[in-house]
Amino acid sequence: MTSIELRDVQKYFGSLQVIKDMNLKIEDGEFIVLLGQSGCGKTTTLRAIAGLETIDTGDILIDGKPVQDLKCSDRDIAMVFQSFSLYPHMTVFENIAFPLRATRMSKTDTDRRVREIAQVLRITDLLDKRPSALSGGDMQRVAIGRALVRRPKAMLMDEPIGALDAKLREEMRAEIKRLHLKQGSTTIYVTHDQIEAMSLADRIVIMHEGRLQQVGSPTEVYSRPANLFVAQFVGSPVMNVAPVEVESSGGSIHVGVGGASRFEFPATLLAQLDTADVRTNELALGVRPEGVLVSRDEKNGYFPVEAHLIEPLGSYDIVDLRVGDQILRARTRSGYIERAGARVYARIDPSQTHFFDTSSGDSLGIRL
Amino acid sequence: MAAVTTSTERTLNKLAIAGVLIVTLIFLAPIYWIASTAFKPRNLSTTIPPTVVFTPEVSPFVKLFTKRSQLRSPPTPEEYAAAPWWERMVFDGGEKVVRDGKGNVQWSGYPSRFMNSLIVATISTILAVGMGTLTAYGFSRFKVKGEGDLLFFILSTRMLPPVVVAIPMFLMYRTFGLNDTHIGLIILYTAFNLSFSVWLMKGFMDEIPKEYEEAALVDGYTRMQAFFKVVLPEAATGIAATAVFCFITAWNEYAFALIMTNRRAQTAPPFIPSQVGSGLPDWTVIAAGTLLFLLPVAIFTFLLRNHLLRGVTFGAIRK
Ligand SMILES: Nc1ncnc2c1ncn2[C@@H]1O[C@H](COP(=O)(O)OP(=O)(O)OP(=O)(O)O)[C@@H](O)[C@H]1O
Ligand SMILES: [Mg+2]
Repeated sequence: MTSIELRDVQKYFGSLQVIKDMNLKIEDGEFIVLLGQSGCGKTTTLRAIAGLETIDTGDILIDGKPVQDLKCSDRDIAMVFQSFSLYPHMTVFENIAFPLRATRMSKTDTDRRVREIAQVLRITDLLDKRPSALSGGDMQRVAIGRALVRRPKAMLMDEPIGALDAKLREEMRAEIKRLHLKQGSTTIYVTHDQIEAMSLADRIVIMHEGRLQQVGSPTEVYSRPANLFVAQFVGSPVMNVAPVEVESSGGSIHVGVGGASRFEFPATLLAQLDTADVRTNELALGVRPEGVLVSRDEKNGYFPVEAHLIEPLGSYDIVDLRVGDQILRARTRSGYIERAGARVYARIDPSQTHFFDTSSGDSLGIRL
Repeated sequence: MAAVTTSTERTLNKLAIAGVLIVTLIFLAPIYWIASTAFKPRNLSTTIPPTVVFTPEVSPFVKLFTKRSQLRSPPTPEEYAAAPWWERMVFDGGEKVVRDGKGNVQWSGYPSRFMNSLIVATISTILAVGMGTLTAYGFSRFKVKGEGDLLFFILSTRMLPPVVVAIPMFLMYRTFGLNDTHIGLIILYTAFNLSFSVWLMKGFMDEIPKEYEEAALVDGYTRMQAFFKVVLPEAATGIAATAVFCFITAWNEYAFALIMTNRRAQTAPPFIPSQVGSGLPDWTVIAAGTLLFLLPVAIFTFLLRNHLLRGVTFGAIRK
């Protein structure tokens, strides 16, 4: 029942504009992940929604009602801070009960609610401890417990697991997902880790320098990036982007990469490029490493290239291919190419390519 | 740590301990002197060399608390026999206890001066620490225009030596009728301690992460409630440390108390040396008064010692 909407929100710190023309509508029960680099304004956005930061212009609506003039205590939103900020002078129990005490809930009800949530989070045996005696993962559970116990309209989480080590992070990720499915509260989750974003989000909101870049489901954002920033920010290893020339001769279309190599593309590319109306010297091609196909033997449609560098990553290898004066990174079965410097053959899978206008950075929306 | 200690290390250790002991003894010597003098018979208090072995007696304390006058003639044996044990001690010193018409023993000035000290030091400490904490919180958490200048201004009130303003203060107090009043001294000590309290508390407040209060705000508390429920408990250490310093300053203050008060509101520091006894100074009485005067600060500091220790290491354990 809780939707959150941002309309034309602008926020300045002095002369520094931290949020630019933010428009976003979050539906009830949605799990939204705000993804972006450090300093892009994620925390500020979250704090503005919580009421800890005022906005300069625009509207923030919760359930359709503007809340800018509402104090944060009246917004009924819970927040998990990046540093957890558990109150050090209170026990875990007191910490979780703290938001309930603000509502003057009876002692028995408070007790029941705290124990309920502690059970869900599996921290019942920690209730009498002080936060300083907890491990990072437990602190995080307590912080989440404190946020959930009030059954708020919405949950805001600011990089809640950023401070944990990799293994624990993976565990907590699953736990947060489980909790969300169980509680179903509208959630905005901030992170700069795209894997976290992909695995948790119903929709990902990608921010860059205070501006929304793209809003969409994880698959959408991954397979149809709206611009160069999103294309290179989402996905690991990063997408190859290279300036290209498109030539047509005798009904077949060739795309030249790095001056020398010319890969064959379907003829429909030409028509789509025509409608896109982009200047030839501002055209760039993007392809993820899995879209660069590599063969050890000569094959039809494959170009000879040099395997310049091999990065073994366990389940697969990333091979840097020297294509003319460009480097294309390809993903291969691990150990497929045995040594750097070998001559191999490469092709670009047209169905996995993206075309961008480098002057605006926008995707041309070409699908082959 | 490995338990391997070489013999040189052990010698060094012993030397260090010996050094610490010597320093401790040097520091304790005056306190011992006062404590022992407070229990000496009067004739042993000024011997040269000082008497170390003596039978302790409480007559200095009896004299401290009672109003006495010189005996013209020794008491009659009946009078002496009828007197309670403590009064005999006064007789032994060649004095007698002053009684009013109904025969009630008259107190000396000491108890009321001691109370004055307690009242003035306690109330001014509460005021200085309370206001200092609120001011520091404001400076620490909100954008205050000219914050740096204001803080410097607050500190600058401490830059003049107090004696310099003593005369103007005295004239002001006389105009406003604040001379020799508790209120007057309380205001003075509060003002004197406030700058110190603001600066010290600002340091402690800055150490408390903003996010604690923000969490409380989001959890449904007002800023006031967040301050009392979250900030204050977190600042307890700092408050304790500041309170001890303010209390000590107010408790020990001498110059202004001497100038601004003479009877009703006089505190112990100017009173004690004024009690040189009838006739020659009775050092045992002065020592007894001084010894009792040392106690409140010692007790107060002792009660808050855990907070004080944490206060010293505050920054270290937080991050
Ligand atoms: N109180 C403030 N006063 C001035 N500038 C601020 C303030 N808070 C944040 N900023 C600036 O606003 C920008 C956005 O900050 P914000 O904390 O929202 O970034 P973020 O996306 O959360 O980054 P991170 O991933 O590092 O947490 C940064 O350039 C930051 O320096
Ligand atoms: Mg942040």
